[in-house]
Amino acid sequence: MASLKSIKKRIVSVKNTRQITKAMKMVSAAKLRRAQENVVAARPYAKKLGEVLQRLAKSQDSSGSPLMEKREGGKALLIVVTSDRGLCGGFNANICKAADRFAKERGAEFTELSMMTIGRKGHEFLKNRHTIQKNYANILGSLNYQTAALIARELIEGYIAEAYDEVFILYNAFKSVMSQDITLEQLLPVTPAVSAEEEYAPEYIYEPSKGALLDELLPKHIEVQIFKSMLESVASEHGARMTAMDSASKNANEMIGKLTLQYNRARQAAITTELMEIISGAESIKG
Amino acid sequence: MAEKLKVELVTPYKKVLTEEVDEITATGALGEFGVLPGHAPFLTSLKIGELSFKKDGVVSHLALNWGYFEVEDDKVTVLVETAERADEIDLERAKAALGRAEEALKKLSPEDKSFRIYEAALERAAIRMQVAAKAARK
Repeated sequence: MASLKSIKKRIVSVKNTRQITKAMKMVSAAKLRRAQENVVAARPYAKKLGEVLQRLAKSQDSSGSPLMEKREGGKALLIVVTSDRGLCGGFNANICKAADRFAKERGAEFTELSMMTIGRKGHEFLKNRHTIQKNYANILGSLNYQTAALIARELIEGYIAEAYDEVFILYNAFKSVMSQDITLEQLLPVTPAVSAEEEYAPEYIYEPSKGALLDELLPKHIEVQIFKSMLESVASEHGARMTAMDSASKNANEMIGKLTLQYNRARQAAITTELMEIISGAESIKG
Repeated sequence: MAEKLKVELVTPYKKVLTEEVDEITATGALGEFGVLPGHAPFLTSLKIGELSFKKDGVVSHLALNWGYFEVEDDKVTVLVETAERADEIDLERAKAALGRAEEALKKLSPEDKSFRIYEAALERAAIRMQVAAKAARK
């Protein structure tokens, strides 16, 4: 049996760990609430923009914009949104595995597949396995729309220069605190969701013109998509970290309980042996 | 005809405004326009400019930065990157930005890449000041 002192030491160390995980859980909970609010706030904008785009695209006969045109080339770019920091359970591992799977399953469709990572963790995992074109790290902490717009602009320039013919984004969509959905979306070429039923479409007045509106709207659409993905990912990250830290704290509690039991047993055993020695000593003197 | 326009103004950060108004004016790609209830379906892009709406005889102003304006069935949807109510505008900051942009523009030629950026900054600052001034006059 381990010595009393060593058990005591372990109890103290586990208690320290519990303190840290508890604190991290609290921090994540606070951050999660903010991130969640951001996601909810961004959703109406993204939704409305999607609706406008859909309406414009429907009435536009041919795909006039280069951003909507399907090209035959086979170069694909996958954007993987991860987190900058670890200690959030399977959050990063899952998304990286999904990226791996994507490369394995659909890699054959493309002549070339490169990746772009947002977040430090994804870059660390993927850099030795795939071609990483670019990595954006440390932008998720203070996420704003301008950053997303910057990335979008770069993507569009690359797309128009035919550096890649298809762009996908892989991220953790925020479903609830406990669960995240790994989501794969196609960013480019833009394929607006077409509603099946042929509803009555009122005749719109367009200013300046449909084509010009669409040309302006498409880049915005991509910006919003990226912004939304990053927001969702951040919220998911905090949710994942909160759950991970919660279960870590629970485990620590369990461990402390077990160790305390062990400690008490060892102490009792020591007392018993000591008593035995005294009694047997006294007996021998009597005799 | 007690109709009103249902206005929704959203930015990527939040829903700025949901209101029923009598009249709304904004600066579109082809110039300023006004919308009253019963307007035909209409979609336009917005420039950096001012949006004002009238509700129960009271006119309110907002400074906008690039966006979309849609009317359908007396529902107005405005999608913009930023929107500031007159009382949210930091006049000092706008003045400083105006000064900075003017300085930068003096040094640049119209061919420079950053010329457009500073020009836009100038417009934004000017609009903010204009909106703030209108609110102050009331």
